[in-house]
Amino acid sequence: MKDTLNTGAPVIEAKGLNLTFQTGDGPVHALKDVNLTVNRGDFVSFIGPSGCGKTTFLRCVAALEHPTGGSLTVNGMTPDEARMKRAYGYVFQAAGLYPWRTIAGNIRLPLEIMGFDKDEQARRVERVLDLVELKGFGKKFPWQLSGGMQQRASIARALAFDADILLMDEPFGALDEIVRDRLNEELLKLWAATGKTIGFVTHSIPEAVYLSTKIVVMSPRPGRITDVIDSPLPKERPLDIRDSREFIEIAHRVREGLRAGHGDEV
Amino acid sequence: MKGKTVPVLVVLGIIVVIWYICTVWKNAAWVQDQAGRDGRTVGFGELVTATMALERPMLPAPHQVAAALWDGIAGQAVTSKRSLVYHGWVTLEATLAGFALGIVLGVSLAVGIVYFRVMEMTVMPWAVISQTIPIVALAPMIVVLSNTLSLGEALGLENRLVSKTIISAYLSFFPVLVGMVKGLRSPDAMQLDQLATWNASGWQSFLYLRLPASMPYFFASLKVAIAAALVGAIVGELPTGAVEGLGARMLVASQFGQPLLMWASLFAAALVAGLLILGVGALQRAADRAMGVRA
Repeated sequence: MKDTLNTGAPVIEAKGLNLTFQTGDGPVHALKDVNLTVNRGDFVSFIGPSGCGKTTFLRCVAALEHPTGGSLTVNGMTPDEARMKRAYGYVFQAAGLYPWRTIAGNIRLPLEIMGFDKDEQARRVERVLDLVELKGFGKKFPWQLSGGMQQRASIARALAFDADILLMDEPFGALDEIVRDRLNEELLKLWAATGKTIGFVTHSIPEAVYLSTKIVVMSPRPGRITDVIDSPLPKERPLDIRDSREFIEIAHRVREGLRAGHGDEV
Repeated sequence: MKGKTVPVLVVLGIIVVIWYICTVWKNAAWVQDQAGRDGRTVGFGELVTATMALERPMLPAPHQVAAALWDGIAGQAVTSKRSLVYHGWVTLEATLAGFALGIVLGVSLAVGIVYFRVMEMTVMPWAVISQTIPIVALAPMIVVLSNTLSLGEALGLENRLVSKTIISAYLSFFPVLVGMVKGLRSPDAMQLDQLATWNASGWQSFLYLRLPASMPYFFASLKVAIAAALVGAIVGELPTGAVEGLGARMLVASQFGQPLLMWASLFAAALVAGLLILGVGALQRAADRAMGVRA
């Protein structure tokens, strides 16, 4: 176990991963021969058109879907074991806050379910509210917050129980671009501050390039990986890095990868 | 609330006017027959006043009903068998007991149906069929059966109350069942996945998500259920040998030709229904406040 604590050790390992759904129209290959290693502290983005399996892959890691072939380990365990050990926090596209609970109550929810004691719950809620810059909003109800703030609360909720993996499925997909830029910037800060391993599904090329240390380009039918790009960008990333030559080059390579994936789909 | 008062009063006024016109129209023949027997003719003015002052009118005038209602509520000791408060209480007692039993039954069946597929296939069709049987046909059978089995004595209660409670619950469990099945299923796949990522147990998913999510559906169904419970209690009073309760009062009045009493009992029942609906509404508002619903 000790070596997994070191930065760079593999956290998520997929080897020859396959997932086939049986439908009325015959089998659908959601994932085909996916090989990927995510190391501790990586920020990995999954990008590709609808149906490329990026969300499915994330759901396999979270043990919400079960692969039909190949092997997948999370922290050296099966995804199911990892889920039971609460190895990851999952952020969905919708904030999914319970309208009958306050913001603090929503963040406390996983802690209550996991059986933390009351003092510990309160401490952790305070800490993560601070982390996502929602200090003082704990007593508000979700409807009193903007969409961006709600999504931040949902990130706080995923951080509250100190899982070292954060899985995010298009968390900012429903937000406007200005809010999105701001949240992307904050997410990078959060990542730097917590040192978590992040898996991030997105539709947006600039978002993927801006955030990631590793970009996984995927294509549909069957869902597969077409390119894995290790980003040469530095860890410190101000928003205007997006105008740099390196940034544009990576974005170009992602776009090429996406186009290539689309080419054989007729 | 203020904005609603005027429209409600206007509609009420229109109804009262139409009612008065109908009173004259329905009772005129009887007044003219009486006058003809006495060899008199009646003018229009006399006709109008006479039709509204009959002791046993075909259709009593609103103020006659109001007077009878007032007499029944305020003019009698509440322990008197002539008091509508007394009979209203008897009906209310059975209504609330049936309502409570209906809620328990409806909610527990709904939980079973949501969690066990077998129950969905076996219980749901029977619940639907149960509501297609006319309650007036079923009520006497329930009364006779619960009397023969002495259910009341076994529970230390009056047999009459027990049979009325059963009939009342029979009508009121259904809306609760349907509402709660829908409510408990209202959380979407994402919310359930979310709980799975926290490795929540089935009981925790129920307690933290399904149950609170079902509350709006629960209260919507309570409003239907409380009305059904009252109807059940009143119908249950008709075949019980008609001793106590608003239903019994209506039956007696209609059998012994006392239209004023019949109408007064009817309105007393409407009053009880109104109070019950207000009660459920207050309960819902309290729950909404506790659950942070946007005002």
